[in-house]
Amino acid sequence: MDEVLVQMEGIDKRFPGVHALDQCHFELRSGEVHALVGENGAGKSTLMKILGGIYHKDAGHVYLEGQEVEIVNTRQAQDLGISMIHQELNLMPHLTVAQNIFFGREPRAKFSFVVDDKTTNQQAEHLFEKLSLQLDPNTKVADLTVAKQQMVEIAKALSFNSKILIMDEPTAALTDTEINDLFSIIKQLRQNGVGIVHISHRLEELKLIADRITVMRDGKMIDTLMTENANIDKIISLMVGRIIYESAPEIPENPSEEIVLEVRNLNRGKALQDVSFSLMKGEILGFAGLMGAGRTDVARTIFGADKLDSGEIYIKGQQVQINKPKDAVVYGIGYLSEDRKRYGLTLGMDVQDNIAMASMKNFLRWLAFVDFKKETSVAREMVNALNIKTPSLEQKVNFLSGGNQQKVVIGKWLTADTDILIFDEPTRGIDVGAKSEIYKLLNDLASSGKSIIMISSELPEILRMSHRVVVMCEGRITGILDANELTQESIMTYATMRGSMVGENVRMPI
Amino acid sequence: MLNESKASKNLLHSDAMQQIMAFGALIVLLIGFSIASPYFRTFDNFVGILLATAVNGVLALGATFVIINGGIDLSVGTVMTLSAVMSGVFITNLGLPIPVGIIGGLLTGSLAGFITGNMISRMKIPPFIATLGMLYIAKGLSLVISDLRPIYFNDTPMFREMAMGSVLGNIIPALRVPNAVLILFAAAIFAHVILTRTILGRYTFALGSNEEATRLSGVNVVVWKTAVYTLAGFFSGLGGVLIAARLNSAQPALGAGYELDAIAAVVIGGTSLSGGEGSILGTIIGAFIISTLTNGLRILSVPQEWQIVVTGCIVILAVYLDILRRRR
Repeated sequence: MDEVLVQMEGIDKRFPGVHALDQCHFELRSGEVHALVGENGAGKSTLMKILGGIYHKDAGHVYLEGQEVEIVNTRQAQDLGISMIHQELNLMPHLTVAQNIFFGREPRAKFSFVVDDKTTNQQAEHLFEKLSLQLDPNTKVADLTVAKQQMVEIAKALSFNSKILIMDEPTAALTDTEINDLFSIIKQLRQNGVGIVHISHRLEELKLIADRITVMRDGKMIDTLMTENANIDKIISLMVGRIIYESAPEIPENPSEEIVLEVRNLNRGKALQDVSFSLMKGEILGFAGLMGAGRTDVARTIFGADKLDSGEIYIKGQQVQINKPKDAVVYGIGYLSEDRKRYGLTLGMDVQDNIAMASMKNFLRWLAFVDFKKETSVAREMVNALNIKTPSLEQKVNFLSGGNQQKVVIGKWLTADTDILIFDEPTRGIDVGAKSEIYKLLNDLASSGKSIIMISSELPEILRMSHRVVVMCEGRITGILDANELTQESIMTYATMRGSMVGENVRMPI
Repeated sequence: MLNESKASKNLLHSDAMQQIMAFGALIVLLIGFSIASPYFRTFDNFVGILLATAVNGVLALGATFVIINGGIDLSVGTVMTLSAVMSGVFITNLGLPIPVGIIGGLLTGSLAGFITGNMISRMKIPPFIATLGMLYIAKGLSLVISDLRPIYFNDTPMFREMAMGSVLGNIIPALRVPNAVLILFAAAIFAHVILTRTILGRYTFALGSNEEATRLSGVNVVVWKTAVYTLAGFFSGLGGVLIAARLNSAQPALGAGYELDAIAAVVIGGTSLSGGEGSILGTIIGAFIISTLTNGLRILSVPQEWQIVVTGCIVILAVYLDILRRRR
C-alpha cells in the first residue's frame, strides 16, 4: 500500500433531475482494497463508471499514477489498465468461457479471418492457472452457475493485465464458500500490487477484505476510514447521516385467527410438490429456504403468473380459480417481485402512472377516460404516506433509487386495495436506511389488517419480521414454525431437510 | 417527501423537444420552399399538401399506437386497400347506401386489425411476422374480391364529395379545404384523446414500456394488445375509405409502400421504435414533413426518384437527431 494509482478530484456529474456526484474525490493505492459504501443512489457506481469510461464527468480531474487522463470509453479504460466488473454480469450466454474472455481480441492465425479457438482455449487455461480458478474454457457460459460466471468476469477483467480492478457488488449472488474463494483471489491480486475498488452492501464483509472504507451519501464523499478504525454502526450512521435503530421493532400483536388465504396441495412440475399452508389476517408469514427451494414459485403460482398443475386456493373460505394475474388482483392479491425493474415497474413511465397501474378501473369516468384529478390526488397521498422521495409525481421511476422504487410498487398495490401482499425479497438491493423504513412499513401494513407473505433469503430479516415461518426445500414445505420456535438453527435444519443433494447452484441465506 | 414545486425540466432533454424540433423543421421547409418558388406559396398548393397528407396521416395515427405499444404494423397499406375494395363492393357492386359502405370499410379494417391483434397477443406471433402475413392476406383478398379490376363510384358522386367536397368552403368560400383534410384533423384529435386521456392510451404506453410488469399488475394484456391493433386497423379502414373517395375508385393494386410511409411519419415525429413513448402531434407533424418535402421538391422540378431518396435521408436524420438529443 504505497504508490497512488488513481486520484480523482472535484468530480461532478448530473443526470436529469439528479445531482449524482457533487465534488467527489477518491484515491486508490496499489495493493489495497478500497471499499466504497453508501446507500443506493449515493453515487458509488456512478463514480466508478466515470473511472471505467462508461460515463463522462461534467467536471473534475482524474489522475493515473500522477498523470491527468481523460477517459472517454471503456476500451481506453482497459488500455489504461482499468477493468470493471458490473453488478449485472455482461457475458454472452451462448459463447464459451474462453470466447467470452477474449471477446473482441480473439487470437487469429496470420492473414486469416478465422478465429483460432484452440489458442483461445489455451490462453484461457493459462489465465485460470495463474489465478487458480477452476473453470473449463470450453463450457458455454449459460451452463454455469452465477458464481462461476462471476469468476469468468473476474478472469476476463484480469486478462487485460489490469492494475485497477473495480468490482460492483461482486458478492451479491454468491454463497459463503464462493465468497471465500473470491476473497482469496482478491488477496492474491492485492499482493501483486493491483488496486481494487470494492463496492458492497454487505458491511460485514468489509472487515475481512478492505484496507480502507470510503462512505458516500447523496453524491458526496462523507469520510474515508481505515478499516481497523471502523465498526459497522459507525459506517451505517455515516451512510445514512442519521441514527438507525437496528434493534428489531416489536412484532405486532398476534394476528387474528381469521384465515384469509389457504392453499391446499399446490403442484407444479418439480418446482412445487403438495404445498399447503394458510395465511391469517394481519399476519406476516415468512418464507425461508435456500435459493431454488420453490418459494418464488409458490408466489407466482398463487398470483396466477405461472400455471399450476393441481391444487386448490381458498380466499376467505371461498375456493377460487386463479388463471392469470388479473384474477389474483380481483381477489385482492398483490405480488411484489424481487426484480422490480423487470416485473414491478414500467420504468419509462412516471410515479403517478405506476401507482395507478394495478387499479386503473378506479380512475375511470365516462367508461374509458382517465380521471387525472383523482389519480393525482391518490398518488400524492400515497407518495406522502409511504414517504417516497421523488421530485414530482411526473418523475420517471427510472430515476428513483431502489428503495423508492420498491415503495412505488408497494403504493401500486395499496392503491389497488389488495388485502394479501406477497413480497419476494422485499429489501433486495435496498440500502440500510431504506431497509428499516420498508420493515416499518411491513409492520404497519400487517397491523392495519393486511396479510403479508414475505419471501426472504436473509435469515435476520425472516426472524425479525415474521409471525410464523414456512420453510421450504426442493419444492416442498418442510416445516411451519411459530414465532417461539424461530431460531436460525431451526430454520436451517428444515431448509436442508431431505436436501442431501444441495447443488452448487443453491445459495445459502446469510 | 414530495416536492410540490415540479422539477424544472430541462427542455433540451424533455420529450417535447423532438416535437419542437420536428415542428421547427416543418416551418423551415415551408419557409425555404416558399422563398424558392412562387408556385409553392399559393393557397391552392398548401391545400394540395394538406390533401396529400390526409391518407398517410390517418394511417400513421394507427401506426403510432402500434409502435408505442412496442410493436410494428406492416399490414397498414394493404388493409387500407382491402377496406377501399370492400367499400366499393358495398356501394357499387351491392348498391347499398353510402354510409353502409363507409361503415363496411371501417369494419373491414378493424376486423383485420382484430385478427392481427389476436395473432400477436393470443398466439404470441411476433408483430413483424403477424402483420407481414396480414399484409399478404389483405393484398391477395383485395385482388380476389375485386377480380383484379378497379371498382368505380361513378353512380354515387356523393361518395367522392364526402372527401373532396368542402363543407368549410360552403361556409367560408375563401377556405375551400377539402373534407378529407378536416377528417384527418378530426381523426388526429380523436387519436390524441384516446392516447392521452383514456385507459387504452395508458395501457398502450405501459405495454410498450414493460409488458411483463403490466401483466403482473393484473392488466389483461391479451385484450388491450388486441385493442391496440384493432384501433390501428380502424385507422387503416378510414384511410381506405378516404383514398377510395379521393380517387373515386377502389384500386386493388394500390397500397404497397403505404405502411412504410406511415412508419416514417411516426418515426420523424419522435415516437421511439422500441416502444413506450411517442405522440400523435409528432406523428402529424412527421406526416406533414413528408408531404411538404415531396410537394416542394416536385415544384422545384426535382425528379420523383430523388424525392424518395430525400425522404429516406430525412427519416435517418430525424432518428439520428433524436439519438443525439438523448445521449447527453
